Amino acid sequence: MSKMHVKLKVNGQEVEGLAEPRTLLIHFLRENLRITGPHIGCETSHCGACTVDMNGKSVKSCTVFVAQANGADVTTVEGLVNADGSLGVIQEMFREHHGLQCGFCTPGMITRAHRLLQENPSPTEEEVRFGMAGNLCRCTGYQNIVKAILASADLLKGQKEAAE
Amino acid sequence: MIPAGFEYHRPADIRSAISILQEHGDAARVIAGGHSLIPMMKLRMTDIGHLVDLQAIGELKGVEVGAEKVTLGAMTTQAELIGNAALGAKIPLLREAALQIADPQVRYVGTVGGNVANGDPGNDMPGLMQCLDATYTLVGPDGTRDVAARDFYEAAYFTARGDEEILTRITIPVPAMKGYAYEKQKRKIGDYATAAAAVLVGGGKASVAMTNLSDTPIWSEAAGAALAKGDVEGCVAAAMGAIAPSEDMRGPIAFKKHVAEVILRRAIAKAQERAK
Ligand SMILES: Cc1cc2nc3c(=O)[nH]c(=O)nc-3n(C[C@H](O)[C@H](O)[C@H](O)COP(=O)(O)OP(=O)(O)OC[C@H]3O[C@@H](n4cnc5c(N)ncnc54)[C@H](O)[C@@H]3O)c2cc1C
Repeated sequence: MSKMHVKLKVNGQEVEGLAEPRTLLIHFLRENLRITGPHIGCETSHCGACTVDMNGKSVKSCTVFVAQANGADVTTVEGLVNADGSLGVIQEMFREHHGLQCGFCTPGMITRAHRLLQENPSPTEEEVRFGMAGNLCRCTGYQNIVKAILASADLLKGQKEAAE
Repeated sequence: MIPAGFEYHRPADIRSAISILQEHGDAARVIAGGHSLIPMMKLRMTDIGHLVDLQAIGELKGVEVGAEKVTLGAMTTQAELIGNAALGAKIPLLREAALQIADPQVRYVGTVGGNVANGDPGNDMPGLMQCLDATYTLVGPDGTRDVAARDFYEAAYFTARGDEEILTRITIPVPAMKGYAYEKQKRKIGDYATAAAAVLVGGGKASVAMTNLSDTPIWSEAAGAALAKGDVEGCVAAAMGAIAPSEDMRGPIAFKKHVAEVILRRAIAKAQERAK
């Protein structure tokens, strides 16, 4: 099959490449662009380790063809750092609250949590659990992940109020 | 888990999409959210030479909420459906069911049209649309036709849709029945139903449909007629007589029948309570 020319925005930068249409977005990110934050976990659309933000939606990049993503605006966990390169709020809260152990699910968790908090800046614990249901973690038992996200919500609100 | 190669098309209107389907016949397939199709392609269970992406077709988008009916464009995602407050107020059953489909990531991209067109007995929307007496609009090379959801499903993955037709819209009459419930038993978040039931009841009317308990969704006219008269036992007996579950990794037949009855009774009780 012939390759197609794809062009997308990843973490704010225009990127281009040649890829077969059947290439999955996760493979394009990791292998063509060397953006290895998003992980390949189950490869069957269940675990959420490959979650990226695409056009303002959390998607499992193992279940998107690069052809479908052509022209899209994609953010990965790498794009969620502060302008000076330090950890962003959600990343920092995962560290502080021990929201990870082995770390494999973490990029997907953080990227999903980012979109969740964009849509619902003051979630209840139940809303966090419901909103994070597409991401699996086999280490933490989720408790500290939920704590980290609730703490991020408080911090982000504080930052927003301070800015206003 | 790499699917076989294909040519990719992204037409901007329905006409062009249909002409690609006509040109390539069996070898072409449309893709909406891709969250049923791509997993199948990865398993190499379908062979597709030409993939026709519907994402750029504006005519397939949009939700219209009228006094007597609502219309959903086929490319409406589950997340858009859930987020539409006017729709949620008009037909709360739709939202209640959509919230029980898959997980947030899947609901952002999975479309209502893909869910009903797929023909997988595990999909939740087909039974729901039968309960609501929805109508599907299909556009093909020979024009436009409407098919009732209750007449659409023939067998697992076989529907009344022709290979060169695209499902464009779903029209749902606003139910007169005030009581509603969608109840679903699943092994974990993101799983398909072991059993699910959609119930509408109120004002001397009722409608009952069940999911993943046969190779098509099951809408039972007799179950609805019994429930309309307030005969819960008659309703359950009729619905249980209409299902035909098979054994799979979700359990043996006896277990599925047990779960089906529990779920149906819960849905009936909840719907009756809400009808008051
Ligand atoms: C982890 C996971 C869990 C899931 N859990 C559930 C669940 O609990 N309940 C549930 O109902 N679903 C579930 N799904 C399936 C999901 O809801 C799919 O998104 C949905 O079944 C199909 O919609 P789609 O837009 O992704 O369609 P696609 O995958 O793009 O298409 C599905 C089929 O429909 C055809 N098609 C699509 N759109 C049209 C159209 N407009 N006209 C004609 N044909 C069309 C395609 O050719 C294809 O054959 C799950 C999926 C995953 C990955």
